[in-house]
Amino acid sequence: MSEPRTYFETVEGCKTCIMRGGAGAPLLFMHGANGAGRWLPFMAELAKNFDVIVPEHPGYGRSDTPAWLDTVGDLANFYLSFMKQLGLEKVTLVGTSMGGWIASEIAVRDPSRIGKLVLVAPAGLRVKGVPVSDIFLWTAEQTTRNLFHSTELAERMLAMPLSDAEVDIAVKNRVTTARLAWSPRLYSADLEKWIHRIDLPTLILWGKQDALIPSVYADKFHELIKNSSVRVFDNCGHLPHAEKSPEFVAAVRQFAGEA
Amino acid sequence: MQFFLFHLMPYADLDLSAPDKYDSAWVTLPNTYYDPKKGHQLYNRYLDELEMGDTLGFDGLCVNEHHSNAYGMMPQPGVLAGSLARRTKNVKIAVLGRALPLINNPITVAEEFAILDNITGGRFIAGFVRGIGAEYFSWNVNPAFSHERFHEAHDLIVQAWTRPGPFAFEGKHYNFNYVNLWPRPYQTPHPPIWIPSQGSTETIEWAAHSDRRYTYLQTFSPVTALAKYMAQYRESAEKQGWQASPENLGWAVPCYVAETDEIAMREARPHAEAFYQKFLRMPTEMLLPPGYLSLKSMQGVMRAKAQMQSGDKSLEAVMKSGMFLCGSAKTVREQIVRYQQEIGFGKILTMLQFATLPHDLAVKNMEIFARDVMGEIRKMDAAPALAAVK
Repeated sequence: MSEPRTYFETVEGCKTCIMRGGAGAPLLFMHGANGAGRWLPFMAELAKNFDVIVPEHPGYGRSDTPAWLDTVGDLANFYLSFMKQLGLEKVTLVGTSMGGWIASEIAVRDPSRIGKLVLVAPAGLRVKGVPVSDIFLWTAEQTTRNLFHSTELAERMLAMPLSDAEVDIAVKNRVTTARLAWSPRLYSADLEKWIHRIDLPTLILWGKQDALIPSVYADKFHELIKNSSVRVFDNCGHLPHAEKSPEFVAAVRQFAGEA
Repeated sequence: MQFFLFHLMPYADLDLSAPDKYDSAWVTLPNTYYDPKKGHQLYNRYLDELEMGDTLGFDGLCVNEHHSNAYGMMPQPGVLAGSLARRTKNVKIAVLGRALPLINNPITVAEEFAILDNITGGRFIAGFVRGIGAEYFSWNVNPAFSHERFHEAHDLIVQAWTRPGPFAFEGKHYNFNYVNLWPRPYQTPHPPIWIPSQGSTETIEWAAHSDRRYTYLQTFSPVTALAKYMAQYRESAEKQGWQASPENLGWAVPCYVAETDEIAMREARPHAEAFYQKFLRMPTEMLLPPGYLSLKSMQGVMRAKAQMQSGDKSLEAVMKSGMFLCGSAKTVREQIVRYQQEIGFGKILTMLQFATLPHDLAVKNMEIFARDVMGEIRKMDAAPALAAVK
């Protein structure tokens, strides 16, 4: 298993924490609302084929919270500078949940450094009459239970107590998520207007039993991104990369390996 | 000491099983539990109770703003204050306060308060708050911008009251090309500003700033917290080079007075317990949405959460902590005087109707309090002054 290195890079005045491991074409991973504290098994697997780059977004985890951070659009512009500064090209851009929203906004603005796009149960759009769940009313325990379809997996996660430092980071992540996505909740009217401009090959992945963003949202993304395909995992909640890790890795490898 | 009569106008007819069923009396408690026919009775009854405060000799009457709940039915407090403005002659009228960050156009508050100040000929007191966390769900306002919006809205309102218009206001959340308030407030430079709070270092230091010197009100808190935050206000003032007086400090507390301690406790118990256990019920996530507190304060709360107890909200417990004053007039009077001497507040805002307390008991409470607590403390206050004259 490849060992990642963790380092800081200052981009747009923001000291940004990066976990990076493996070799090959760049794969830039955009984490979701709960952050990216640890190098997870799917990252290690993907690092066998890719140079896997996992930044913690400004306002999350060990990264600074810059004064300019108000919207998901701010993060999208930040990552355009980030890819330029790191000299990344032909990037496979993978985003999950909030990270999928950020990835979509990046691709709408400037796809020139991106080769392919993978959206994993992304936030950012709205299907009227099918609201996303209100994550801000969930307790930490309810969040864990609701994000996983497998109760056994949820129990295993809940059995691991958080250190004070991890509690602090969880609070910080939640505050930044509120700042970016409270109103309207997890949705951008501008993204809905302009997401059709994305013409990158795009893979949309979803868990069939997603209790946060229902899987019908996959159809909406598919409908608006013309060069997209959808894969729905059965017996899977909001985090296919964690809950269906081998299937997720295989799907990304296959998609990114295509011409 | 000055005495104010505070009312929340609760939905007293609430089915008390409802907050348990929905784990909240706020945000998600269905409004099918609200019966407008009962509401009609309640609003008129509560306005009568407040108007009684004028004839009983209180220094002021207080209303406030809360949304989507059974705890306090004054989402638009200006309507109630407007009614009181015409029906009273002597008392001050205080809106404590408007929840500034919830409002997309703070000029509406500047206007509303200026009208009240004009109608009453300067009997008006302005209160500014951030609202409680639940309201950020009900009004879908981003709690992460709560502090920013509060400060910016405050600046805009005070400028609208004091700067000759028209002028431009260039903010982050609020932008106006033509701020030009008609009517201007009656009082010069503007109505007194009071800041009710549950106690936060940021709010206390902001209120005690030498440019502002706003009256700070501690609401519904244990006496230990009251003492701590009031000392903090005085220290903060001192650091800024001015001396805070009792005038700058107020305490808001529910209170029930009866013929004896025993009668008071017996009559108050179901209503006081309903207040703390039912009407105030909501989950922590609703009370403290992300960004509502500073990051550091919230991290402290969440670290402590594991050790936090559900909290004993029995009548005995809230009496012991000083969150609820209850007893004979003598008991309550002595308690207020002792706390006043120890802590040094100059205003007390008593809530003499709470939760399900019926009209007859609320009126009895008000009458005994006015005569035997307020009246007696006023005599004691006057005695040293009289002695000095002689």
